[in-house]
Amino acid sequence: MSAFAYVAPKSVEETLATLKTVQAAGGRAQVMAGGTDLIVQMRAVDRTPRTIVDLKFLAETNRLEIGAQETFIGATLSSAVLNENAQLVQMFPGLLEAADLIGSTQVQGRASIGGNLCNASPAGDTIPALIANGAVCVIAGANGTREMPVEAFVVGVQKNALQPGEILLGLRLKNHDARTADAYQRFIPRTEMDIAVAGCGICLTLDASGTCTAARVSIGAVAPTALLVPTAADALVGTKVDDAALAAAGAACTAASSPISDRRGTADYRRKIIAVLCRRVGAIARDRALGA
Amino acid sequence: MQKVQVETRINGETVEFLCEPQQTLLEVLRDTLGKTGTKEGCGSGDCGACSILLDGRLVCACLMLAVEASGHNVTTIEGIAGKDGLHPIQQKFLEHAALQCGICTPGLVVATKALLDKHPNPDEETIRYWLAGNLCRCTGYDKIIRAVQDAAATLAYPA
Repeated sequence: MSAFAYVAPKSVEETLATLKTVQAAGGRAQVMAGGTDLIVQMRAVDRTPRTIVDLKFLAETNRLEIGAQETFIGATLSSAVLNENAQLVQMFPGLLEAADLIGSTQVQGRASIGGNLCNASPAGDTIPALIANGAVCVIAGANGTREMPVEAFVVGVQKNALQPGEILLGLRLKNHDARTADAYQRFIPRTEMDIAVAGCGICLTLDASGTCTAARVSIGAVAPTALLVPTAADALVGTKVDDAALAAAGAACTAASSPISDRRGTADYRRKIIAVLCRRVGAIARDRALGA
Repeated sequence: MQKVQVETRINGETVEFLCEPQQTLLEVLRDTLGKTGTKEGCGSGDCGACSILLDGRLVCACLMLAVEASGHNVTTIEGIAGKDGLHPIQQKFLEHAALQCGICTPGLVVATKALLDKHPNPDEETIRYWLAGNLCRCTGYDKIIRAVQDAAATLAYPA
């Protein structure tokens, strides 16, 4: 197998069989969703021939199902398609904002949440937003379907937990109740079209008095992978998510981070800015949960 | 190299072509089909010079494989003008001198078409964010924004 090939299977079974056949023949199978990362990598980084297996023709990866209790987002649905769905934007504003931050309008016409997750960049914008929402990956493989939380799926810089022959079908998210809301923000040195220096996703649940009863805080671009930060959540639960609680959560984010210095920012800067982002994002999630 | 046969629709016409699996749609548009209005700037999805519409949605032709166009509707800059002359967006780019070297212009016109199809009356912030993926090294953007605003007004209230 020294030539490029392209296949677009119509079913999960056919996809898995194709992956198996290519690998058994000593070839390299490369799964593709929107292709906005992959095509650039194939042109600039690694030009090795391979069989491209396009997942965009599967019913499962194209499924968007907003149920009574939970929502399923197919792995290959583009950011543009998702952000055109007003109900989805209203239900998960933080996640959809994160998807709306990936690249340009053009990139969003192709780029998917599933691809952003599988690409597993430390700075991937949707990953902290997914983790904050407690999203679960639905994975298909030879032994059937398995599930794992997003925070376990991303295992290293550009490394995910998929085994050879497995594919990500989509993400399951529990729908928010009336007093639960999410938010995501990132910091970049310009106003658009850049890669996160730091990013923070938060999902909060408040009770009738406005006291936080549950929280999930996730940080991105300040460690090899996006992280769930339980200590930051602990700083919010039981509080009114006031300035003091947000400052404590921010400090917990700083403590949980292990950033590098690169051309976008120094490690010291990232440790500081992640606390600021946590405070801002926590206040947005709180106000959304209060219906403010 | 085994070539793949692809059937697609480009600017309303059925088009068949042969391509290699790893070729981008941009390469095929320009080098195989001779539609050189779509420009290559960066080849990595940063500059927007190769903007096209795929089923009405704005995408970079350099960020998709030509085989992925199979069964879809592609609109390139060649499909923007009507048979009676320039599209109002193109006319307004001319009138406002919203171009100098012209390399970014086809992409900006296509991106503006997608914008005004979706948001017929965009405010300046919406225009600037929507067009953030189209880089122009000549104009400083202001003339482009004025042209887009004027095009929106013209399309909403044709003379």
